Amino acid sequence: MASLDLVNLEKTYGNGFKAVHGINLSIRDGEFMAFVGPSGCAKSTTLRMIAGLETVTSGEIRIGDRVVNNIVPGERGIAMVFQNYALYPHMKVFNNLAFGLKLARRKKPEIEGGVAATAKLLEIEQLLERLPKQLSGGQAQRVAVGRAIIKKPQVFLFDEPLSNLDAKLRASMRVRLIELHRALKDDGLSSTVAYVTHDQTEAMTMGDRICVMKDGRIMQVDDPVTIYSRPANAFVGGFIGSPEMNIVPATLGGSADAPTLTIAGHTLRYGAALGARIAPGTGKAVQLGIRPQHLQPVGANGDGLPGRVAHVEYMGHEVYLHVAVGGLNLVSVVPGEAFDRSKLRDDRIWLRPAEDLLHLFDSETGQTISLGRA
Amino acid sequence: MSAETATIALPDTADSARANAATRRMEKISSTVRYTILIVVGFIMVYPLLWLIGASFKSNQEIFTNPSFIPFEPTLDGYVEGWKTSTPYNFGQFYWNTFLIVLPKVIGTAISATLVAYGFARFEFPFKRLLFATLIATLLLPNVVTRIPQYLVFRDLGWLDSYLPLWVPSALAGDAFFVFMLIQFLRAIPRDMEEAARIDGANTLQTLIFIVIPMLSPAIVSVCLFQFMWTMNDFLGPLIYISSVAKYPISLALQLSIDATEAFSWNKILAMTVISLAPSLVVFFLAQKHFIRGVATGGTKG
Repeated sequence: MASLDLVNLEKTYGNGFKAVHGINLSIRDGEFMAFVGPSGCAKSTTLRMIAGLETVTSGEIRIGDRVVNNIVPGERGIAMVFQNYALYPHMKVFNNLAFGLKLARRKKPEIEGGVAATAKLLEIEQLLERLPKQLSGGQAQRVAVGRAIIKKPQVFLFDEPLSNLDAKLRASMRVRLIELHRALKDDGLSSTVAYVTHDQTEAMTMGDRICVMKDGRIMQVDDPVTIYSRPANAFVGGFIGSPEMNIVPATLGGSADAPTLTIAGHTLRYGAALGARIAPGTGKAVQLGIRPQHLQPVGANGDGLPGRVAHVEYMGHEVYLHVAVGGLNLVSVVPGEAFDRSKLRDDRIWLRPAEDLLHLFDSETGQTISLGRA
Repeated sequence: MSAETATIALPDTADSARANAATRRMEKISSTVRYTILIVVGFIMVYPLLWLIGASFKSNQEIFTNPSFIPFEPTLDGYVEGWKTSTPYNFGQFYWNTFLIVLPKVIGTAISATLVAYGFARFEFPFKRLLFATLIATLLLPNVVTRIPQYLVFRDLGWLDSYLPLWVPSALAGDAFFVFMLIQFLRAIPRDMEEAARIDGANTLQTLIFIVIPMLSPAIVSVCLFQFMWTMNDFLGPLIYISSVAKYPISLALQLSIDATEAFSWNKILAMTVISLAPSLVVFFLAQKHFIRGVATGGTKG
């Protein structure tokens, strides 16, 4: 049973490169926290500092109420699952699982009992006598997870554990890991998880909360719904969601009751509902963020942005329209069965960002200036 | 339609069949030529060894009269007489002496080179770059340059006419080549397993023993084999440091039988040469698989 707290955590490498810029984060006991961000955002470095594989330049890491900065990895009460599994290649699965317990000088019956229970939980009983090279990717992954579980750690650390699996297996392992997390929680075992991934699907589906990182800084920490519907800044808006959110420069005009947005020379009129969401004191130049799903075609008279369909991606259940509006390229997602390109005249189309679903970001800082919809 | 395509296709098929046959013929000729050349060159290379083994079963007189390597009248005289040697000791004594040098040297090298390589490959410490550069420098330094200063050091330590100068430097990771070889091998092994072991609670030494050494074992076997063969063949080292005949290893003992007699009994010398070659050959062939794996797989993980 343990929470995990990062206080002003910083990491500067020997060559002077500052990878982590003062991270403050509190992961609650039993919580599944997904760290996500583009490569080089220091999410793995942060995880490795929690594990004790990287030294901390300044700040504190607390597991439970214990500061673990100077405690060796083996005594921090953590277990880690690596991207490439990192199974000991010369040991059979049994010994891979038992290695940690053997080092802790546990009694033989206890070790055997622990291995048996873990193997049963992960359905790898029939693999115990195999060497890692005789395992498939999914099996090796389960052994790696088993090696973490058997130690009954206070905090689990996952470093992109599913990246080496093929898409199908990844989807099933995702579900398995979530179920496992729930099972551990139900058994009253500690199940605080810090899970690093670059895959937003994993982060969205698995995390109780998501920590979006960029360049060694936390961009937003929230539950998946909030992260998606109320991104704190343009980066989070663009990073989470597929296809990517359209983020284009726009000019804010009109009054609070009847605001207007000018995009690529075309002015769209909105109502008081949008006016109420805009933070007071907002300047004129902003960035409009609109998800392709919320940028829908309207009729020629529907107060939309006039554009031309440049390119169509047919995905089956939906269609991605790449539309040139002035000099901008916008993406709109429409239902597959409702779209028929041959009905468009000269590929002309009008798109309107949905009033209650559009986001406005400060054009300088990228921070959101549209308050969340009620 | 189908008849038409068939008539069109026929000449093509015949053409390609002819072309295939021609290619096969060329391949056969080329491989015959290649293998012939390889076999001839190979035979020329091995001939001295074959002649050595054949001649060791000849009488002293026949060696000079019979150019073929197959003896007319095979005899074991060379072995029987050679084993007795011209000294108060038989050849077994020299074998034992060699063993007393080889064993501590090989074990010492394996342990020390592994420890030093682990340090260089996995840890950061002050002056690491400088020390590593020194290591590489000693690798490039010709051995003869250090012979005299080394001799003086060992003389002052009172180690002359003992085996210590022959194996102690190696047991203290004095062979830069082996250290370098293990470092390169270690660099190719991902660190994740060691990190996993640390998280499992292993300290540095436990990580080395339980994780690193098993993964490094092909390279360590190669180190042992190289050291074994080079030590068996080392002539200069014992010549410089060993002065009493009772302590001579095989390499010196062979030379002894040439010096000691006025009329050389070549059959004895050749017979003993064969005997002294035997351990290296046996060990090499037994461990050939590991040896090649260790030398060749520096790049892939174990």
